[in-house]
Amino acid sequence: MNLWDYLTDSQTIDWLKTTLWLAVVPVAVGLVLALPIGWVGSRYKWTYPPIISVFGLLYTIPSLVLFLVVPGIIGTSFLAATNVAIALSVYTLALLTRTVADGLSSVSQDTLAAASAMGYTGLQRMFKVQLPLAVPVIGAGVRVAAVSNVSLISVASVIGVAQLGGLFTEAYNNASTTPAIAGLIWFIVLALVFDAIVLVCVRLLTPWQRAVRAR
Amino acid sequence: MSAVLADTGLPPLSRVGNWFNDPANWWGSMGLLTRIREHVEYSAIILILATLIALPVGLLIGHTNRGVVSVVGVANGLRAVPTLGLVILLAVWIVPKIHSRAAVPGLLQRGALPYFIPVVIALILLALPPILTSTYAGVQNVDPAVRDAARGMGMTEWQIVRKVEWPCALPLIMSGLRSATLQVIATVTIAAYLPFLGGLGRFIKDGTGSLTDLRYGYPAMVAAGLTVAVLAVLADLLLNLVQRLVVSPGVSGRFSNRRRPGPLAADATAEVPATSS
Repeated sequence: MNLWDYLTDSQTIDWLKTTLWLAVVPVAVGLVLALPIGWVGSRYKWTYPPIISVFGLLYTIPSLVLFLVVPGIIGTSFLAATNVAIALSVYTLALLTRTVADGLSSVSQDTLAAASAMGYTGLQRMFKVQLPLAVPVIGAGVRVAAVSNVSLISVASVIGVAQLGGLFTEAYNNASTTPAIAGLIWFIVLALVFDAIVLVCVRLLTPWQRAVRAR
Repeated sequence: MSAVLADTGLPPLSRVGNWFNDPANWWGSMGLLTRIREHVEYSAIILILATLIALPVGLLIGHTNRGVVSVVGVANGLRAVPTLGLVILLAVWIVPKIHSRAAVPGLLQRGALPYFIPVVIALILLALPPILTSTYAGVQNVDPAVRDAARGMGMTEWQIVRKVEWPCALPLIMSGLRSATLQVIATVTIAAYLPFLGGLGRFIKDGTGSLTDLRYGYPAMVAAGLTVAVLAVLADLLLNLVQRLVVSPGVSGRFSNRRRPGPLAADATAEVPATSS
């Protein structure tokens, strides 16, 4: 098989689907969970240090360890892709909690006071003023999470979970560089595409940045 | 719960405790202690080499402000490369070309050297981006006025780097080194994907073949994984201590709660033109 075959054969496409799922779902889940926790950290200052230490510690746990422990805790099959998805969600959550807290805290107090003076209730102010203004900071964190997530997925091949990392296993077993190159191409393309998607989302969510720049 | 676990065929996590409690799992050439030693040795070699490359380059591009876009771009691009893929690509490519069967006492057994080189190269590439970007960012963060003042005092460029930029950038450099250390310790586990190499990943890779085995299977894998996590936390604490020792108290602001005449106090700057005129 030549490089093109390895990039496009049906086995690779199956693995690609799993990998896509593993790249998207954990980042989404991690972000959705990080938003309320990060909000608590920025709203109640005394909770910030403990939240940051706990999630910082969580982030020091190697991903491979989480891949191993998750099936023992929730009773899924050892090779299930779900284990990887859960582990990577935990990882993303650990990374993004701090970003969300810092992003929300970076919004100027004057802006928030102005919003309150204009009659925004607490919840409206949160969703219409503070969160949108924190999007650039949070978005930068999401980009890091999305890219590192993609490259962590392949680590699951060490224990045999089927995804694009299987191309690396195949390269090793056949002593051939071609599948490894195909795997690297797919992973790098996925990382770049995700990075670009997050970047575009940030741009769309912050139209005022372009308006200011255009002036 | 136990019924669910029986379905998966995995020994329960409580078996990990039993595994740790058996001295036979700790000692010997394939025991936990040997694997820990190998893991630490591999990580240290990789981190030292990566630091030796990234520090000078980071200081140089931070100081001269040249090549920032290309070097930082490459460093960020490297983050997207899956390390396992790189290790395997390099192994398949390099191993047949190296014919040394030499052993390195206390580090590598006979025949391991050709497999060790791809792991070292791939993990250096993993450790470079955090050290490089934090070094360069640390130097760039130095207040331009401070740099100008140093130049005005007649310092040479080398003195500015060594006496001004380096100490000011040290907190950020250390934080880059810490995140590189975490990543390397976590990722050295994949060395075991290749034959002859040890490290804690050995338990994890070898365990996949006999998951239900209480000595070599799932309990050993989780035990080794937890040990990696403990190593990572210990290394982070150690570097935190080093950071406290090497970063100048004037930079880290650890004495900032003491009352002292602030050099930037508004009245002090206001007085300067008054006295000079």
